[in-house]
Amino acid sequence: MSEELVATVGTAVKPRSFDFSGFLKQFEQLFDGLNKWSHGIPLVLIFFAVWEALPRFGLIDPLFLPTFSTTIKTLFELTFSGKLLLHVLVSLQRALFGFGLAVLVAVPLGFLMGWYSKFERYTDLLMQGLRNTSTFALLPIFLLLLGLGESSKVAIIFYGASWQLLMNTISGVKSVDPIYIKAAKSMGVSDKDLFLKVILPASIPSIVIGARLAAKISLMVVIAAEMIGAKTGLGFFIQNAQFNFMVPEMYAGILALAILGLVINYLLVWFEKKATYWKGEAGSGIIG
Amino acid sequence: MDIIVSKDLKKKFKLKHGQRVNNNGVISNEIVVLDGFDLKIKKGEFLVLVGPSGSGKSVFLDIVGGLSTPTSGVVYLDDKIVEAPSAKTGYVFQQYALFPWRTALSNIEFGLESRGVPPEERVKTARELLALFGLSDFEDRFPYQLSGGMQQRVAIARALATKPEVLLMDEPFAALDAQTREILQNELIRIWEGTDTTVIFVTHSIDEAVFLADRVAVVTARPGKIKDIIEIDLPRPRDGDIRSRCEFATNRHKVWDALKAEVNKAQQDWKLAPAFAS
Repeated sequence: MSEELVATVGTAVKPRSFDFSGFLKQFEQLFDGLNKWSHGIPLVLIFFAVWEALPRFGLIDPLFLPTFSTTIKTLFELTFSGKLLLHVLVSLQRALFGFGLAVLVAVPLGFLMGWYSKFERYTDLLMQGLRNTSTFALLPIFLLLLGLGESSKVAIIFYGASWQLLMNTISGVKSVDPIYIKAAKSMGVSDKDLFLKVILPASIPSIVIGARLAAKISLMVVIAAEMIGAKTGLGFFIQNAQFNFMVPEMYAGILALAILGLVINYLLVWFEKKATYWKGEAGSGIIG
Repeated sequence: MDIIVSKDLKKKFKLKHGQRVNNNGVISNEIVVLDGFDLKIKKGEFLVLVGPSGSGKSVFLDIVGGLSTPTSGVVYLDDKIVEAPSAKTGYVFQQYALFPWRTALSNIEFGLESRGVPPEERVKTARELLALFGLSDFEDRFPYQLSGGMQQRVAIARALATKPEVLLMDEPFAALDAQTREILQNELIRIWEGTDTTVIFVTHSIDEAVFLADRVAVVTARPGKIKDIIEIDLPRPRDGDIRSRCEFATNRHKVWDALKAEVNKAQQDWKLAPAFAS
């Protein structure tokens, strides 16, 4: 209320000057009642408009950059004919297997490394060495050792996704506030309960963030792996379209990938909120 | 009858590599926090420890709570040497230390879970304690949804849930604002006067010490040992009004008299400290 009052007073004093913040406010009000993320829509629309305009007005050869409308049309056709769906599902499946395997291995390992400093001392050097070698550089090795089948793809995704999970689990365990451990011990907690009821829940926020990043990495790695050695999957689809000069299909594939990434990101953000429901946003719900 | 007896307690900490400390003129990389700490605490009494910062009051609580082992000497709890956390003690910390992923109710249940108390009984005990602190409407709240005073009430309730014989309180009200602090002192004394729990309470506030204590034990500057024990001859039950009485000021003065020199000594220590920092 008071802000609006100030704004009106401000415009009354300087009636002719361009009131940028007032303009912004009006603009924001257009989206009142919608979710916060809707504020991002205009910029996306501008992006699509520029995309549409560049080839349409001949600034870029449409052969290399088909208009946005052509791309969308191709995407719809590919989606409804079911051609794209198979590739999307295959990529998702691979990413999910690799990611799931990473969760199963990296999280328990992270707990061990985070809790037992001796164990960490013996393992850290190897882990750091492996972690700091680009996953993509290792792709050929995985292909050589595991062949062109599913296992090499799942393995490389597992490898790529593991590090983030491992690091975040270790730091999650290490950054558990010692006062929680002290409090639990003062109440005579057993070692098992100390882990299950204190260490585990206290490190969840960090692990969930690790999982979010690992899921993104999984998606990135699966596409790259499919571009190098696969006959299915979204990565293969995009690469194949490029080799056969099916340019609109290639762009449609990339657009599908972008949408997929966006959906997964929002799912993960939602999951993160659910998993750390007890944290609350800073400043909310404080009484007295 | 003495419930807690500490005999010739000594506690040393090793400093990090390269760090040095001046122990009464001797430079060393070990810091002696407690030395010759003898104290007998009577069953059911409210004993308050005051002393300059770094005099080992909290370390003493940790040793009594079984969370830290002395370098030498022993602490007896009910004639048994304390070696690990005992079911007979409860601990309240300055930082509340509530588990943020648990509601108020389930925080209070924590200690009972470790003791294998069945769920219905746990909930019943926890609800009774919440009611005692006037927090019945807040049982499903997470710590971040509670004010500091409410969080500390829950933390005290959590420590009381297991019906400890000895309650250890490490500056429990230090992080609270002055008004809330007085209210919680009143609540604590009201609840404690209805039990036979022994309380060991650490504070830096002399007013708080005099208001709460049966006896105030003054600890020397590091290395800490008991310098003086002052009986607080104020009648019970006590309420907030007692703070403005003349006897209160007399007792306050007695404690401050014993403490003053030690605080000054600790300050001198700090002044010297930078010289040894490199």
